Amino acid sequence: MSARGANRPGPDADGHFGIYGGRYVAETLMPLILDLEKAYEGARDDPDFAEEFDYWLAHYVGRPSPLYRADRLSRHLGGARIYFKRDELNHTGAHKINNCIGQILLARRMGKTRIIAETGAGQHGVATATVCALFGLPCTVYMGETDIARQQPNVFRMKLLGAEVVPVDSGSRTLKDAMNEALRDWVTNVETTFYLIGTVAGPHPYPAMVRDFQSVIGRETREQIMAAEGRLPDTLVACVGGGSNAIGLFHPFLDDDSVGMVGVEAAGHGVDSGKHAASLTAGKPGVLHGNRTYLLQDEHGQITEAHSISAGLDYPGIGPEHAWLKDSGRVSYVAITDEQALDAFHLCSRLEGIIPALEPAHALAHVVELAPGLAQDHVLVMNMCGRGDKDIFTVADTVGASL
Amino acid sequence: MSGRIERRFAALADEGRAGLVTFTMMGDPDIETSFAILEGLAEAGADIIEIGSPFTDPMADGPVIQRAGQRALKAGITLGKTLELVRRFRERDDATPLVLMGYYNPIYIYGVKRFLEDALAVGLDGMIVVDLPPEEDDELCRPALDAGLSFVRLAAPTTDDARLPAVLTNTSGFVYYISITGITGAAGAAAAATQAAVERLRRHTQLPIAVGFGIKTPAQAAEIARVADAAVVGSALIAEIEEGLDADGGATPACRDNALALVRALGKGVRGARQEATS
Repeated sequence: MSARGANRPGPDADGHFGIYGGRYVAETLMPLILDLEKAYEGARDDPDFAEEFDYWLAHYVGRPSPLYRADRLSRHLGGARIYFKRDELNHTGAHKINNCIGQILLARRMGKTRIIAETGAGQHGVATATVCALFGLPCTVYMGETDIARQQPNVFRMKLLGAEVVPVDSGSRTLKDAMNEALRDWVTNVETTFYLIGTVAGPHPYPAMVRDFQSVIGRETREQIMAAEGRLPDTLVACVGGGSNAIGLFHPFLDDDSVGMVGVEAAGHGVDSGKHAASLTAGKPGVLHGNRTYLLQDEHGQITEAHSISAGLDYPGIGPEHAWLKDSGRVSYVAITDEQALDAFHLCSRLEGIIPALEPAHALAHVVELAPGLAQDHVLVMNMCGRGDKDIFTVADTVGASL
Repeated sequence: MSGRIERRFAALADEGRAGLVTFTMMGDPDIETSFAILEGLAEAGADIIEIGSPFTDPMADGPVIQRAGQRALKAGITLGKTLELVRRFRERDDATPLVLMGYYNPIYIYGVKRFLEDALAVGLDGMIVVDLPPEEDDELCRPALDAGLSFVRLAAPTTDDARLPAVLTNTSGFVYYISITGITGAAGAAAAATQAAVERLRRHTQLPIAVGFGIKTPAQAAEIARVADAAVVGSALIAEIEEGLDADGGATPACRDNALALVRALGKGVRGARQEATS
C-alpha cells in the first residue's frame, strides 16, 4: 500500500527503522508475530484485500473525509491558509476506525476468533468494539482506571457495542498500563486471539501495518489539496501520542521535499515540569512494548509516567518511525501544553463550529502559534483526527462547570 | 565462561536428581531483606538462583511478580545495586550459579558493554532477558556469549519444531521451558503435556532443561523433577515473602523465614522425586 523512497526506507526485514522498531517480545509471542507478519504481507499484496478495505472505508466509515478550508480561523490568525482534514467525521468520531477496519479484516483472514485491544482516550476502544460488533467477534478492551474515569462516554459506548472493558489498576493506570495488560492477555491466549493495536507502536509488523492502513488519510489529502489548490501543501501538522494519525497524514508526502511537517506532542504542565508526554522532545531511546523508540524514562531505564490532559496522548513512548523521522530531521516535533490545547479547543469550537478532541486541539494550538508568521498563500493542512464529544466532561472540569 | 551452571548440572546428573531453581526479586521488599533471603536460598535447597531485576513494565509477569517489582523499585533497587548484591553473595558462595532475570531496557540504558564487564567482575553467571527473542540476538545475546556469560533462552509451547533450532542456537547454560502460554504465576500445565514438551526439546538439544511458570507446591515441583532437569519456582516464593509483610508493607523476619521454609519443602520434593518414581 505504501511505496518506498529516500524518506520512506523502512522498515527493513527485521522491522527496523534505523535503530528503532524491532521485535522485543517474549518468545511465547514471537511465533505469532511472525505469523501476523506473513499474513499481513499476503494481504498487502492481494488486490482483493485492498478492495475489501476500500469498500468498508467508503460505505461504513464514510470515506473520503472532507478537506475543509477553515476560512474563519485563517482570517482570525491572519497568516497561512488553513485546511482541516476532517477525520473526526468518520464513523465513531476519529481516525482510529481506519486501522481497525484493516486489522479486523486481517484477523478474519487469519481465522482468529477473539479480539483484544488497549485504549487510552477510548477512541481506539470504541472503534475496535465497533468493528467487532460489525463482524460478530468477541472483544475485550483494556483501559487504565485513570482513563476510565475521564472518558466515561466512551466506556459506555464500548459496552453498548458489546465489548468487555477491563479496568487496569497497575502503574499509572493509563494507556501504557493498558498495553501491558493487553500483552499479558495475548501471551495467555495466543492461539485464538488477535491483538488489535491502535497505534504505530508495538513490535514489527504493527508500526508498518498501522501506518499503511492510516495512510489513506494522506493519500486522500494529496488528491484533495491538488483539486483545491492545484499544488502540494506547504506544511502538514498533526498531533502525536503513539503517532498513527500523524504518520497516516505524513507518510504519502515524505518524499515531497517541499512539504514541511510538524508533529505535536503533549507538553502537559510544561516540558520542564516533568509532567508531560513529550517523549521525542524530552525522552531518549529505549525499549518498551516490543520496539525501540524515544521513551520517557529515568537514568536507570525505568519508564516514567506520562501526563497529558488528553488521554490519547498520555503515553511515554512514540511510534518508532517517528523516532527515525525525528533523527533524520525530515519531520520536526514540538510540544504544546494542556493550557494551550484548551485555548485552541475553545477557539475552534467558537470560530469554526467544530468541537475538536483534545488530541487534535494540541495540533491546532501549534497552528495558532505558527500561522500568523506565515504568508497568506502558505497552504497548511492540519489533521482534525477526532471530535471532542468524549472530552466535554474533562473540559467542563477545567472551567468549573458541572454536567 | 564461569562454568558454574555447567558444573552444577553435571553434579545434579551425578546425583541422579533434578535441580531446584528459585526466583526472587532483588530489592523486594527492601534491599537488605532481599539479600538476606538470597543468602539463605542455597542452604535451604536452591541449586540455581535466578535473581529478578525489576522493570516498571513487566509485560510477561503476573500480579505477584508485578507487585514484587513495584516494591523493589520503591525500595530503590537499580541494576547497579543488584550487581553489588551479586558481589556480596560471591564473598561466601562461589559455587551456586546466579542468573539475572529481567527485561532489556534497564540493561540497554546501563550500557550493554558496561553491564557485561560489571556482571563478569562480580561473578554473575548468566542472564534471562524476557523481551529479547533470537531475532534480537545482536543486542545482548551475542555480546554476552563473547564475554563468557550464559544467555539462557526461553522456549514456549508456541515455539514449534521449525523454530526451535533458531531458539536453541546461541542458548547456553540451560533452556528455560515455559510450560504454559501465559504470564508468571498462572495455573500450571498438566504433567503429561510438560513431559511431552520436554521430550520434544530433548530431540533438539543436549542442554539441561528447566521448566517453570505455574509451579507452586512441593508436589508440583516433584512432578516436574521427574521429567525435566530442573523445576523453577518464582511467584509462589514471592507470595510467601508478601505474606510476611507488616500492615505498612514493611519487611518482618517472616518474609525470609516463610520463603526459605517453602524452598526447603520444594527442595525436599525435588530431591525425593525420582526415588518415589522408581520405588
